[in-house]
Amino acid sequence: MSALPAQQTGPGEPFLIGEGMTGGYGAADILHDCTVSVRRGEIAVIVGPNGAGKSTAMKAVFGMLPLRKGRVRIGGTDITGLAPQARVAEGMAFVPQTRNIFGALTVEENLEMGAFLRRDDIHATLEQVYHLFPILRDKRRQAAGELSGGQRQQVAVGRALMTQPQVLMLDEPTAGVSPIVMDELFDRIIEVARTGISILMVEQNARQALQIADRGFVLVQGSNAYTDTGAALLADPEVRRTFLGG
Amino acid sequence: MEPLNALVALANFVIVPATAYGAQLALGALGVTLIYGILRFSNFAHGDTMAFGAMVTILLTWWLQAQDVTFGVLPTALLALPAGIAVTALLVLATDRVVYRFYRRQRVAPVILVIVSMGVMFVMNGIVRFVIGVDDQVFADGARFLINARDFRDLTGLDEGLAIRTTQAITLVTAIVVVAALFWFLNRTRTGKSMRAYSDNEDLALLSGIDPERVVAITWIIVAALATIAGVLYGLDKTFKPFTYFQLLLPIFAAAIVGGLGSPVGAIAGGFVIAFSEVTVTYAFKKVLGYLLPDALEPAGLMQLLSTDYKFAVSFAILVIVLLFRPTGLFRGQTS
Repeated sequence: MSALPAQQTGPGEPFLIGEGMTGGYGAADILHDCTVSVRRGEIAVIVGPNGAGKSTAMKAVFGMLPLRKGRVRIGGTDITGLAPQARVAEGMAFVPQTRNIFGALTVEENLEMGAFLRRDDIHATLEQVYHLFPILRDKRRQAAGELSGGQRQQVAVGRALMTQPQVLMLDEPTAGVSPIVMDELFDRIIEVARTGISILMVEQNARQALQIADRGFVLVQGSNAYTDTGAALLADPEVRRTFLGG
Repeated sequence: MEPLNALVALANFVIVPATAYGAQLALGALGVTLIYGILRFSNFAHGDTMAFGAMVTILLTWWLQAQDVTFGVLPTALLALPAGIAVTALLVLATDRVVYRFYRRQRVAPVILVIVSMGVMFVMNGIVRFVIGVDDQVFADGARFLINARDFRDLTGLDEGLAIRTTQAITLVTAIVVVAALFWFLNRTRTGKSMRAYSDNEDLALLSGIDPERVVAITWIIVAALATIAGVLYGLDKTFKPFTYFQLLLPIFAAAIVGGLGSPVGAIAGGFVIAFSEVTVTYAFKKVLGYLLPDALEPAGLMQLLSTDYKFAVSFAILVIVLLFRPTGLFRGQTS
């Protein structure tokens, strides 16, 4: 655990913040003084061109990338030194972009495995997930690997929600799904945020993602290029011209 | 009555022995497939783990017999089995601690673990031969037959007799119980589900807080139990000879691969496919055909496709055929 005492975050303060993150996998840094954050119950979206380090920033926040500089704090507690598994216990949940379900397990078993660390009764949480994603209730005895792309993403998000996280981190949740399914997933993500869970996500579909975002981070080459509310970024002619295709 | 006689002859020489053998292979293949699914390598030491488990059980059986403890009509070895499993579990856990864990931490390629397991195989092989010797050991006791050929003939009035040995019946019953327990464990318990989750997606299992070392330890314990049970049942049914167990590695691997490595259902199906093929192809059908065909057509030869000396070739041939036409096995196993 960190040496810093846990401080309460004020209403305007970010609940989760990766601040001034610099680091990479090898000798070369991918992130350069990059900052991403999300406030309680809000949706923050990281967008940017290919290779901008969006997913890398996400992984850095979750502790899957060694940082040379910068800190990660959740609720005022410094968690920079914690392993990803320990961050799950701190209230973070991560949905990877690929291989984010147990394909050979049934939908319900996937959700049970999401709650593996919990020793209390998980039925209420299970009900919440089924309420959020009704299709999963119908398919709960089916192997998750047999579901459609959109349904798999629902399983993946549902599995992450089973730990009752305070922050849900999604790495391109709409990658490879149809536009209709994408809209539905975004609706569900808004619903999750309304329950008080902060959402930090990386999105390829920048325009749609910024429409639902309370806060947007435009990354370019591992650095913050623009940071504002989703609406302001969408309205910014410079951002529109360079990233959103006019 | 001729077709009935043919059927009884077939049951006596093919169906009953192949079912017992298939159950033994299935238990062996389940152990191989579990190690493959969880630890992600082909464990060449499995045959010798079976030999070790059987050896410990035999030594305990002899000790029990010397104390005049028997199990009535059932073999005394069944009483010694739990202790045999426990000792084998300790051996494989110790092996994992001093050998496999070292390589696991380095995240070595699976092929290196395969070679490491061959080293373990030679060591276990040596231990078994050193302790109990290289010769045949007989340790079956209790009633020899459930039904013997003469009683069957007297009972049914048929010319052909059907003998079912106690060990064959025990093999099948034990295998069914063990497999049912294993599937219940894997599909119904939290620990079992976490093992399947770990086997399916290691990274996501870590993200879910599943402890890999615990999963690995439980896997080894289950594998020790399966190997010991398979080894003892095989020894009761045939005889115990260390070299035979080493040779069993081939049909066991063939069974696991034919069924689809990593798939428990596949391992069971594969075990029976291999066993029935091996017995059928090496059985002389002269007698069965003699009952079925008119006298004029009665075969002069033995009607045996392959000499029993070539039975291991059957496993190889099936393996090649399955890999050619369905590389992931009958039940889609893991590919990496």
